[in-house]
Amino acid sequence: MSVNPAAEQLSRTPPLLYRWLGDRIFAILVTLLGSLVMALAISLAVVLYWEGAAAIREFGFWGFLTGTTWDPALRLEFGALPFFVGTVVTSVAALALSFFPAIAVAIFSAEYAPRWLSHIIDGLVDLIAAVPSVVLGIWGIFVLTPWLRDKFYMPIFTWASEHHPAWLPIIGNPMGYGMATAVIVLALMIVPFTAALSRDAIRLVPAAQREAAWALGATRWEVIRMAVLPYARGGITAGAILSFGRAIGETMAVAMLIGNKNTLPFTLFGPAATMPSVIINEFREAVENLHLSSLMAIGFYLFLISLTVNLLAAYIQRRMTVGGRAT
Amino acid sequence: MKNHAEPISLKRRYRRDHAIRLLLAAATLLVLVPLLIVISYVVIQGVNGLSWDLFTQELGSPSRARLGQPTGLVHTMIGTLVVDGLSLIMAVPLGIGAGIMLAEYPDHRLNPLLRLLNDTLNGMPAILKGLLAFALIVKPMGTFSGISGAVALGFVMLPIIARSTESALSIIPWSIREAGLALGIPRWRVVLSAIIPAAKVGLVTGTLIAFARAVGEAAPLLFTSFGNNYLPGHLSGWLLGPVDTLPQRLYSLAISPYQQWHEMGWAAGIVLLGLVIITFVTARLAVRRR
Amino acid sequence: MEQQKTPSTAETGEVRLETKGLSVHYGDAVGVREVSIPVYSNRITALIGPSGCGKTTFLRALNRMHDLTRGARVSGQALLDGHDIYGPGVDPVIIRRRIGMVFQKPTPFPTMSIFDNVVAGLKLVGIKQKELLAEVAENALRQAALWDEVKDRLNLPGGSLSGGQQQRLSIARALAVDPEVLLMDEPTSSLDPQSTMRIEELLAELKKQVTIIIVTHSMQQASRVSDYTAFFFVGDLIEFNTTTKIYTNPEQQRTEEYITGRFG
Repeated sequence: MSVNPAAEQLSRTPPLLYRWLGDRIFAILVTLLGSLVMALAISLAVVLYWEGAAAIREFGFWGFLTGTTWDPALRLEFGALPFFVGTVVTSVAALALSFFPAIAVAIFSAEYAPRWLSHIIDGLVDLIAAVPSVVLGIWGIFVLTPWLRDKFYMPIFTWASEHHPAWLPIIGNPMGYGMATAVIVLALMIVPFTAALSRDAIRLVPAAQREAAWALGATRWEVIRMAVLPYARGGITAGAILSFGRAIGETMAVAMLIGNKNTLPFTLFGPAATMPSVIINEFREAVENLHLSSLMAIGFYLFLISLTVNLLAAYIQRRMTVGGRAT
Repeated sequence: MKNHAEPISLKRRYRRDHAIRLLLAAATLLVLVPLLIVISYVVIQGVNGLSWDLFTQELGSPSRARLGQPTGLVHTMIGTLVVDGLSLIMAVPLGIGAGIMLAEYPDHRLNPLLRLLNDTLNGMPAILKGLLAFALIVKPMGTFSGISGAVALGFVMLPIIARSTESALSIIPWSIREAGLALGIPRWRVVLSAIIPAAKVGLVTGTLIAFARAVGEAAPLLFTSFGNNYLPGHLSGWLLGPVDTLPQRLYSLAISPYQQWHEMGWAAGIVLLGLVIITFVTARLAVRRR
Repeated sequence: MEQQKTPSTAETGEVRLETKGLSVHYGDAVGVREVSIPVYSNRITALIGPSGCGKTTFLRALNRMHDLTRGARVSGQALLDGHDIYGPGVDPVIIRRRIGMVFQKPTPFPTMSIFDNVVAGLKLVGIKQKELLAEVAENALRQAALWDEVKDRLNLPGGSLSGGQQQRLSIARALAVDPEVLLMDEPTSSLDPQSTMRIEELLAELKKQVTIIIVTHSMQQASRVSDYTAFFFVGDLIEFNTTTKIYTNPEQQRTEEYITGRFG
């Protein structure tokens, strides 16, 4: 039996310090870093509340949220309802507008397109999510808004002023910057989230389910409708809720296109505002402490809404997954 | 059992099948065509603004552009690299550390909380992260600064890096760690010398994706690094004073009332878009080559 | 492979399904080669052989499931009542309604109730009348020997049944569209012995309504339930005859080796 040439060195055990202390230090370091991350996440809530406390104390938790007057100049009175309404309306509308096209893209990519086309479609959809919000904003300002104004808003406005003048207060100012434009761009921006999650869920549907439907004499669409989509509904719903969550927080493109009107009521085409858009528009100029505090308070409410939506998404996805497996 | 009559003829079912296929294809185009339109516009309009001056001159006051004097965005480009680079330096150790904690110590009792908080942070709008950095850094410092911008972007990058690190490390089978331990190598050494190098591609990809996300964010920078029309006078000015960055400058140029600045905005747009796309494509290629 | 003579006993009834030189190719590889057998009406025909011998491949060719597999090519003929199901202009969707299939793993649609699962095929075709659906569902569930167990809980989700019940549900679902032939791909291999027995029992009744072709890796099961047996080996049909003859006095040596457990 031959001896291992390195036997002597191998038999020397490394110093206890190297082994035991090394592990301890590493574990402590890693835990510290992890804890720092947790602390940062918690500090987000704490700091936003702390900074917004002055405004919340002044107007009340619900009072601030339901107040309709936002007047930083004269009366220093701050009510966030217009922005809350703006956020909710734009996000719901954007989700409604984007949901079916997004699902359609997911279905087309996962079920109909040949593999090479599928790769391209998926890549392009992910690219939509990668385009920075400001880039969509500048394109929206100089390209989309004039086009919408000329092709849609003005014609509809003139048609309405001739035939249904009663509708004009609902239709609003057709100059271009406003709720409709913001909703359209927002819808485009949130398509990738629904599409990606739906696509993944659809791909995970077991072949056995599809085959069972085929064997009953179903056409391709019937197989999708009967066996694939119901099975994938957990992922599809999670995607939709995730899209909604992104719509709520989307800032730059909306701020650049929504026209920035701080009072209700909002109109279809006319200017409006959302919670992120008012923060962007006023923060740099805000001097009054109460003004700054109010903007921070809006941030805090935005945080609460976002948190609720995220938790809801996780909960609903769990409830809707088939057999406990992730769909 | 009788043979049942078929109320919906097969022909109708096939017609519906065909119609739906067309509908789905049309919807796909509806979604993808605007993307291509946006990119074409940015490229076509932006390419005109690309010039030597753009990369070597400061912005200055609006009159510079209006009078045709040399003006550019060099301070913006450098500012972007400084702020984003600094934020990477801050976010990567934290993110990888958190990821290691989640993947290498899966039974740690803080892990469910860490994962929850990390996912929550991930889902938070970037503007809130800017507000956090404002409160934590700008207010005490008394001034807008490059370092506060870096911190704000760090908050954006952090949860993405943590998540992708955990993912990349978890893919490596546990048996490899056991093999290392069985050779008498201490745990920390196994992780640093065996596991992390094996997960290298995933870690780099995650970092690139986080970078691509953060580099396009304007909202958090608007009240942290704030913006600057000039190069900082002093080297320390990049960190301790207001600094210009591409997305924030793009916003300012776009909403300004000056046409020459609008043109520069498109140029900033093509640079920013190029930066983001190159980063993304690099990340994708890195994964493919694995 | 030499064409097997069809059995000449008086037992044979009419031929419901017949293949002539049916082959299935995956790219260059051959799944099943030149199989010509008759399938007699209202009888159970078993396809046996060791794994990988092509019996499942052959079965799936009979309801044109290979249409869905990339790179699979079917040649030869499969005649249902004299008409080639692979003929020009024949619609596979129609074929699959006339020739149904039950799979190895029970696959109820998990988001549908038991009732909706059974009538899923009917709804596709547009049948909506509630009473008609209920009547068909009850018939199908009775034929599948599941009615008594689920008649009070038809609204519960399909996934809430046990494995054996789920498989009988799958059988009921396939029967509800009134097929002429039922293909069964190892229907009991993922079930416990009790459930297996129940399904074997119902097959004996079932064949009075439908013609059954069953793939099974259990020779004992084949000898218990089937009237005719076809033995496959590495893509070829080795022998086809009445089950009695195959098991008591097979003509090919390979068949005998398999039957006696020499391999497989």
